[in-house]
Amino acid sequence: MSAAQSLSTLARFRTPEQVRARWAWYAGRGILYALAALGAILFMGPFLFAISGSLKSAAEMHVFPPPLLPAQPAFGNYARLFDIPGVYFAKWYLNSIIITCASVLGTVVSACAAAYGFSRFRWRLRDFFFIVLLSTLVLPEEVVIIPKFLMFHYVPQALFGHTWIDTWWPLIVPSWFGGGAFSVFLMRQFFLQIPRDLDEAAIIDGANSWQILRHILLPLAQPALATVAIFSFLTHWNDFFHPLIYLSTVESFPLSVGLRWFQQAANDPSEPRDHLLMAASMLMVLPCVLIFFTMQRYFVRGIVMSGIKG
Amino acid sequence: MHRRGGLSPRAREEIAGWLWTSPWLLGFLLFFFGPMVASLYLSFTKYAIGGTPQVIGLDNFVRALSGKDDLFWPSMGRTVEYAFVMVPIGIGLSLLAATLLNQGLKGTAVFRTLFFLPSLTPVVAAAVIWRWLYQPDFGAINWLLWQLGVDEGPRWLTTPDLALPSLMLIALWASVGGGAMVIFLAGLQSVPRELHDAAAIDGANAWQRFRNVTLPLITPTIFFNLVIGIIAALKVFALAVLATQGGPNYATWFFNLHLYNNAFQFFEMGYASALAWIFFLLVVSLTLLNVRWSRNWVHYEGEERA
Repeated sequence: MSAAQSLSTLARFRTPEQVRARWAWYAGRGILYALAALGAILFMGPFLFAISGSLKSAAEMHVFPPPLLPAQPAFGNYARLFDIPGVYFAKWYLNSIIITCASVLGTVVSACAAAYGFSRFRWRLRDFFFIVLLSTLVLPEEVVIIPKFLMFHYVPQALFGHTWIDTWWPLIVPSWFGGGAFSVFLMRQFFLQIPRDLDEAAIIDGANSWQILRHILLPLAQPALATVAIFSFLTHWNDFFHPLIYLSTVESFPLSVGLRWFQQAANDPSEPRDHLLMAASMLMVLPCVLIFFTMQRYFVRGIVMSGIKG
Repeated sequence: MHRRGGLSPRAREEIAGWLWTSPWLLGFLLFFFGPMVASLYLSFTKYAIGGTPQVIGLDNFVRALSGKDDLFWPSMGRTVEYAFVMVPIGIGLSLLAATLLNQGLKGTAVFRTLFFLPSLTPVVAAAVIWRWLYQPDFGAINWLLWQLGVDEGPRWLTTPDLALPSLMLIALWASVGGGAMVIFLAGLQSVPRELHDAAAIDGANAWQRFRNVTLPLITPTIFFNLVIGIIAALKVFALAVLATQGGPNYATWFFNLHLYNNAFQFFEMGYASALAWIFFLLVVSLTLLNVRWSRNWVHYEGEERA
């Protein structure tokens, strides 16, 4: 029996060349699926292993070969995190939420205002400052961190009589001044897509610039607001550099530096903590994953828009 | 129309524009421009916090560049090495992943999500997870090697020659499926199908179609990812602080660790400002070089081809 006959289900492919092409196509697809599966394993493997680790007992973390799954999932690890003397996990979590929310709010509000100014008004130097804005996208924050640190020390001392070092203000206040070039840029691109006819009709009706923003642009710009909010959330939730520099009181840490402190400074060798560190990491990832799954389409839009030429 | 306050509509628009943009303008002055100028001034001084800056001319720069600070050039070297290895591999793998997701496979959305999830992981969490995977005695990686017959796997993060590649692997895991891949995917989806079909009729195989049709059309996307990728790689900091603390034996002592240490551990604000400016000049010159070089290989739509 020839190969062609055995493929009677593929009735459309009769000549040997067609059969070969068909098989080649299947083989190609097979390789692609295998590659995609391999990619998925490589990307998700560490993640799944960490989830499994977060449910293991301390002893199970220190056996070889490591068990893929815990004998009995220890959900108590998660509760234990909130209950270790000297580790302020609940406090850190709350601190992270407060700092992040205050920064996100500032970013959204001030980026909206700035983007409105850049997209809807003609003013001298506007185009110049837009170039400046874009160039700050590539300006590394490290270059300005020392004067910023000094400023947050000396200026509040002169104005209010106490330093802002070791407070949350240096983490939050800059977000209220534009919230970063990326946010302003993204909002501006979005505002530019909204037809100006709408504003002009409102101007004829006597609306002022605040009313136009409030009643015409903002309702239409909700996807852009969501995108800016998401990226700002991730930036501040994940931020390690700034809290590391500005904060020294352990109770005032956000999760990022708190977790590091838990990992390094508070490491008591008599009590192995790897399983608890896994649980803590998972709790830190959780909000990011939740936001991703609820707001997936804004993610893709935001990333893609960042890649579009201004 | 009535004019309020005697201002022409044009003048009112001018004022409104400045006012609405003012949050960002103020922020730029307070948190970018002012600090840039201040750090340039500080870079010519000897200054410890609490004291007064004392102008010492170019001494800080001499100290760095002449090798009197014996960690300056090694940290610069590590950082450039990291960027020059990471960025091409990262971009290549991101493009590969995006191409794979652009083949119309069933379950593409699921694969895309699975590829993307690691990039959502906060760097602190990624470092904690990977430190445990790299753990020499009980970690998953040496366990995999053991399955392949390696009895005693290497001590990844504490062996000088292995620490840097180990960090790169963490960074690749956390970035390949992230923003760069999503941007590539958008770029690939904007390549017109007709061009592919025409090339296929002309007898081009899959690789030739990718090489001669797709690749030229997505060069702007590659360029964008390259610029962003290099800047991000040069800034490497948190990963090293968390996973290796710059060690072992300074094997992962990147430039920004050196800067941070001088500024916020030794409080040598003047010298650290000089380091910051050297870093700034490095980033700017690499970016400009990139832009210049891009003219040779980036094709923009609607541009005349030679």
